[in-house]
Amino acid sequence: MNEILILNGRVVDPASGIDGPRDLLLRDGRIAAVELPGALAEFAGSLPKEKQIDAAGCVVAPGLIDIHVHLREPGQTHKETIATGTAAAAAGGFTTVVAMPNTAPVNDSVEGLKWMLDAARGAAVKLLAMPAATLGSMGGEIADFASLVRAGAVGFTDDGKPVLEDATMRAALVAAARLGVPVSQHAEDTRLTGGCSMNAGRVAFRLGLRGMPVEAEARIVERDIRLLREIERGERVRPHLHVQHVSTSRALHEIRRAKAEGLHVTCEAAPHHFTLTEDAVGDYDTNAKMNPPLRAEVDRQAVIEALLDGTIDCIATDHAPHASHEKEVEFERAPNGVTGLETALGLALRVLHREHGMPLARVMELMGARAAAVIGLKERGTLRVGSHADVVIFDAAAEWNFTASGSRSKARNTPFDGAAMLGRVRATICEGRVVYRA
Amino acid sequence: MTDLTKSAAMGEGGVGLLSGAESHAAALCSACAKGSLLTVEHLSIADVAGILATTTRLERMAAVERARLLTGRTIALLFYESSTRTRTSFELAAKSLGATTTLVSDKSSSIEKGESLKDTGLTLRALGAEAIVLRHPSSGAASLLARVTGLPVLNAGDGMHQHPSQALLDLRTILLRLGRDASTVDAHALDGVTVAIVGDILHSRVARSNAMLLPRLGARVVLCGPVEMLPEDALGLGAGIAIERDFDRALAQADVAMMLRIQKERLAGFDLDLAEYVARYQLSAQRLAAIAPHAAVLHPGPIIRGLEIAGEVADGAQSAIEQQVAQGLAVRRALLARALGVQA
Repeated sequence: MNEILILNGRVVDPASGIDGPRDLLLRDGRIAAVELPGALAEFAGSLPKEKQIDAAGCVVAPGLIDIHVHLREPGQTHKETIATGTAAAAAGGFTTVVAMPNTAPVNDSVEGLKWMLDAARGAAVKLLAMPAATLGSMGGEIADFASLVRAGAVGFTDDGKPVLEDATMRAALVAAARLGVPVSQHAEDTRLTGGCSMNAGRVAFRLGLRGMPVEAEARIVERDIRLLREIERGERVRPHLHVQHVSTSRALHEIRRAKAEGLHVTCEAAPHHFTLTEDAVGDYDTNAKMNPPLRAEVDRQAVIEALLDGTIDCIATDHAPHASHEKEVEFERAPNGVTGLETALGLALRVLHREHGMPLARVMELMGARAAAVIGLKERGTLRVGSHADVVIFDAAAEWNFTASGSRSKARNTPFDGAAMLGRVRATICEGRVVYRA
Repeated sequence: MTDLTKSAAMGEGGVGLLSGAESHAAALCSACAKGSLLTVEHLSIADVAGILATTTRLERMAAVERARLLTGRTIALLFYESSTRTRTSFELAAKSLGATTTLVSDKSSSIEKGESLKDTGLTLRALGAEAIVLRHPSSGAASLLARVTGLPVLNAGDGMHQHPSQALLDLRTILLRLGRDASTVDAHALDGVTVAIVGDILHSRVARSNAMLLPRLGARVVLCGPVEMLPEDALGLGAGIAIERDFDRALAQADVAMMLRIQKERLAGFDLDLAEYVARYQLSAQRLAAIAPHAAVLHPGPIIRGLEIAGEVADGAQSAIEQQVAQGLAVRRALLARALGVQA
């Protein structure tokens, strides 16, 4: 029997409505008991000290869930590997991550998916994957969704690129609906963004960079919502559209309306989009280059508002590691993406909790239960008895500054090197194993 | 706003004793070597005055004396885009000061084999280059080169971003044309002067550099062009800038008309009706005589005769185009001396 006792902490588990002092017993990879202080005293007496964690002054919450990460394996292991990326996840308090398919080769086959999820890859936390919606993410032929779902796929996406053709997106939504999984869309009308490397507007004009208009995101969201409506009317299935990394007021407006209409739309926001604006590009800082790009302040505020009012279902990092030499090039030539697994909690607590008054339980929900719900994940994102023993223990009041050079990730491409963080992870436990300890 | 955006916003807006543009100048160039010129934003008015004063001194100096200033010094010219005026004037300027120059272009170097800008810069530094003059099709390339080499970098045009030496030579040309003191400036040096910049503003680094420099010296800048080439975002370049879509109305206000070439290589899919453009925006002899018979006509070149400017206007009495080229040589001598830390 493998047991861990977590004592004296403040348990915050929105899924079971708990926010208060509780002690937690983990046994054989599952949550065995959640009790008021003192109730587990007999275990405390019998368990060896190294099996007990004193969480006094800390929050004990369900391990964080990130449904959008790039782990670069196979094919781009100079940027990141499944082992290093998930080690960064563990350090950031995450116990489940969902790998995007834009590896080399693209993850679009059962064979590729099984290889990725194999224990031999050395994932430190629970690894899930969304394979490609179309073969090679080329936007043409739909992948074999049924076989992939049997092999563990939790959704489908051509992330990095949109599924642009109406007929293809429609077919993907229908096929995924029949299997009960979402199609996760990178909403970018690439017909409007050719050669663009940041947000359109005054900053881009001054820097002489071509800008991506906010319409490029909104148009695809509008189109996808129209497809949902048509499919619900015609096909007797209820498709689930998940909009990735929403960054604009326009797109959020469309999503809010579609939700009110009763369509099955979910969406995520990335910490960089609720923390930074296009001004962070500064003097062509390629660590502030990602897609969708950092937007104007009005859009940042819209993302925060939608996180507060529940329009946005969850926080996802879009962790996108790149080697230093790949980012140390002309801005327009630099690849898109920033790392995010080790800064997500610290930024969410600082920006959303402290600066915008979001209750702590709500932050945990956006990074846990609600993220699990988007991909239909059971027994994770909660500390209910019987669930997987996925736990994060953090000091919610700790103020610190992130240093990129200390990252567990192979990559250093973050706009948050030196940035102030609120809340520091003390321990991360995945399925009863301590995967990170500060 | 968060801490991070706050600090960025403070850099933009400017607080304290310096004006916005002045504090911006001080804040941004901390990352590059002294003597660099990456963008006009990095120049304080005192810097501009200093460069103009040096230009005048070098101009008046005997050629033999001038040729001793940079003897034994090495300057690399790194050109990723074709150029006639800028490249030649930088090269002749360096040679007239006695420097050794070496030209590396993307067409005949290891750049063709895939060598990065960083490695190319490090190679030039290892070969003894003490400053690099860079022309590059990507906005921000000069800033990257300055950061990775630590050398003074003179931006000779980076993408659509900046062409600061062009703005300085245009400034000197304007001062001379208007009969003002060309050996110094202050915040009122161009008071009462309206400069119309006409044409493909969106793709023009020359337009950005001039529009961000001249208003700080008292000028009014009127940008003129069709919306596809002149988005409203251009107003964000700074204070003292207005947009006037109608060319005749812009011209009527202008003491200086700066015409720009349509940058076909950067149009990126935008389909332009040339006949309509010529009708609406060409500076023809008739238009100039009728509306602005006293305005100085500038053009950074290359000019496309019969398109944005009529041949007889380019060759006419109001044209300052060749004078601009000559000022290019003069101003770039001062910039090279400044880059290498030589008092002239």
